[in-house]
Amino acid sequence: MRRIRWNTPLVVALSGLGLIALLGIAAPFLWEEEATALSGAARASASAEHWLGTDALGRDVLARTLVATRLTLEMSLAATAIASVAGILLGTVVWVSGRRVRELGLRLIDVMICYPALLLAMVIATVLGTGPAASILAIGLGGAPAFARLTANMAASVAQRDFVTQARLMGVPPHRLLARHLLPNISGPLLVLLSVAFANVLVALSGLSFLGVGVQSPDYDWGSLLNSGLESLYTNPAEAIGPVAAITLTGVLAGFVGDGLATALDPRGGDTKARTRRPAPVHPSSLRAPADALLKVDGLVVALPDGTRLVDGVSFHVAPGEIVGLVGESGSGKSLTAMSVARLLPEGLSAHAAELTLDDLDLAGPEADPRRLATEIGIVYQDPSASFNPALKMGGQLTETLRVHQRAGRAEAYKRAVDALEQVRIENPARVVKQYPHELSGGMRQRAMIAAALLPGPRLIVADEPTTALDVTVQADVLDLLKDINHTHGTSILLISHDIGVIGTVCHRVVVMYAGRVVEELSAADLRAGRARHPYTKALLAASPRLQDTDTEERVLLATIPGRPPAPADRPAGCAFADRCPVALDGLCATERPDLTDAVACHAVHQEVQPV
Amino acid sequence: MNASPHKLAVEDLTVTFGHGRRAREVLHGVSTGVRAGQTLGLVGESGSGKSTIAKAIVGIHPVRAGRITLDGEDLTGLKGRELVAVRRRVQLVSQDPYASLNPRMTIGEAIAEAVDPVRADARKHAVTVERWLETVALDGSAAVKYPHEFSGGQRQRIAVARALAVEPEVVIADEITSALDASVQAEVLNLLEELRRSLSLTMVFISHDLAVVRHVSDEVAVLRHGELVEQGPVRDVYRAPQHPYTRGLLASVPTFDEKETAA
Repeated sequence: MRRIRWNTPLVVALSGLGLIALLGIAAPFLWEEEATALSGAARASASAEHWLGTDALGRDVLARTLVATRLTLEMSLAATAIASVAGILLGTVVWVSGRRVRELGLRLIDVMICYPALLLAMVIATVLGTGPAASILAIGLGGAPAFARLTANMAASVAQRDFVTQARLMGVPPHRLLARHLLPNISGPLLVLLSVAFANVLVALSGLSFLGVGVQSPDYDWGSLLNSGLESLYTNPAEAIGPVAAITLTGVLAGFVGDGLATALDPRGGDTKARTRRPAPVHPSSLRAPADALLKVDGLVVALPDGTRLVDGVSFHVAPGEIVGLVGESGSGKSLTAMSVARLLPEGLSAHAAELTLDDLDLAGPEADPRRLATEIGIVYQDPSASFNPALKMGGQLTETLRVHQRAGRAEAYKRAVDALEQVRIENPARVVKQYPHELSGGMRQRAMIAAALLPGPRLIVADEPTTALDVTVQADVLDLLKDINHTHGTSILLISHDIGVIGTVCHRVVVMYAGRVVEELSAADLRAGRARHPYTKALLAASPRLQDTDTEERVLLATIPGRPPAPADRPAGCAFADRCPVALDGLCATERPDLTDAVACHAVHQEVQPV
Repeated sequence: MNASPHKLAVEDLTVTFGHGRRAREVLHGVSTGVRAGQTLGLVGESGSGKSTIAKAIVGIHPVRAGRITLDGEDLTGLKGRELVAVRRRVQLVSQDPYASLNPRMTIGEAIAEAVDPVRADARKHAVTVERWLETVALDGSAAVKYPHEFSGGQRQRIAVARALAVEPEVVIADEITSALDASVQAEVLNLLEELRRSLSLTMVFISHDLAVVRHVSDEVAVLRHGELVEQGPVRDVYRAPQHPYTRGLLASVPTFDEKETAA
């Protein structure tokens, strides 16, 4: 169960409603006599004796308002209960029944929602006669469709989740499925709706009584008090104020409960006022990038607003014409590193670096020239179906950069787009530019994406998991294409992948990341040959199943890494891998952070080399 | 060839999506099977119909034509109580460890539900729950926790424990390691291997990842566009693929194996 996060409106509203409920219980015992006693002074104005004056029969209005609390609350609660129970039942019945009944039921609920609840109530009241029971039933049934629709819609979305399917396969009977899996998972929105419905019901019931079809004399609720107060509105306005204030206050408080509950149940909520801390100074790494490197990243830090470092001092470079791979598991910071290079960090994250440059273009500075950014760095994203706007044709999307930043004419831009599509081996490119993204297959879209990245003639392509969403044969084509582009145009590529196989076959040089840091840098040939030095890289290689068997009859177990990576906020002072490392050195690895010297950040490897 | 009969088999399985004129056939008469105590790997690319086979076997997709047999008994056309009973004999573990567990139920309740789907009493079945948690190398204290307190790999192990708690005769694992990191995937694959040895589990393992399938399977069946392309013992298929499609598939896998340097 998610814990409810208490917030001020919720606490205030709940305690306010609690007080009103207490009042409703206590008032009839305390002020019943006063409320019914006929004093001589009819329609008296507010005075010290009668704070809100008296009504036509000389009864104290304040006492009557207080005593009426009980009946009003009881009626509202009863009507809300009818609305919610009837609505939720209807909604669930619709969900559990067959396809035909469901379609029919949902349409029926739609029609019922369109019909104003108060009108429905009036009709029911006319049929059943006046009185509290009729109005409770009327308002209750009038409020039911809202619950029915919410229940049906939410149940439909939860019902498609895997755990419901699993429960069905295990033989859980339908009513248990409903009670155990569906209702608990839609209880949050239903609770919110419940408190809002209570406020609406209160107003509607008061309205019926006010109109004279609700509570009948000698009984009285806030609505009927308001009715009698209206008659003397000009002589004693105080008489109307009592019930009005009571209805308004209770309604507003109930609304606040709904609001507060919505906030309290939203797991994405929480305090947004995170403290902004100045990040600690960045230390440039000891590993100097060669002067002719195209992309230089030195001491890159990507931090949350509260100062938690997601990427913690990453340094590497990409030479002209080189394919560099960034490999690591989820949470290693590889994508954030790549996005910092492209200046496309998600909102709220900040990047700092001792040096972050593409040739002479400063990527870390506050004002990098957007034109140079757009034309010198091409980006290929993971999901080709999400990276194109489905409403626009391919041609317009492919030529956008050219036309905006390179001021190419329409005809010229289209010609270049067709050329680029041809380069990425898309058949019939002249037709593709006139098509919409959904008309292309996943592999085609990813090639088009690469074509779009290529179009402005970038010096660097940043490809973030470009083949993860693709089938293996399509992946092979796309990887070949990337190698081809690198070969023919000399475009540098920064390739991000979790797949050490992909990285090893495409790249020249590989940067291995773990827990926001670079742990090792090695040539792809060394990686392929298993000449990794850092214990993490070795473990990662050993954990990956191979395509070729090892000639032993018995199947071997894969190597695993005990434990899991530390959360960004809990990274230790020393090596982040120390806890899981088979060769960790006592007293050193856990406390002292290893430098990336000699292309590997590991105390154990350094010690092995040095003593000689 | 091994002559022992199939524990679970599909014969000429045909499945269509949609109704009437818009119906589209996604499985065109596929026949394959798995022997008791063995693992059958189903590989193929997206749209090959490998997940559809799993869903048809457990009854999520209706079968258009053909038979699904468990111990030689035809499962198609079963209804009501018989169907419920048969469903429990074959359990499915699905891909997404974040969607397969009810966020509002403790792990203990989820596994207790697998033991007794009607009452799902975590306290009554506490001993059984703990035994299954230990089977998948999780602490007994996990029973009182909620799914969000676990990582993806742990959740996937819980999903396996829950499927096993039903005490099924066959487990169908549909892409169960695809959403996991390499090191976590290794953990889950090792668990399956250990279970295969200790419980002599019969399993259908579905994956798009050829290396993973080779690692866990005894036999492998290759699917393309809803048709069976090739089937045989893992060693034979991976060493000497007969069908050109299988050869292409194997050649596409980025790997560091020697064959590349030799070629």
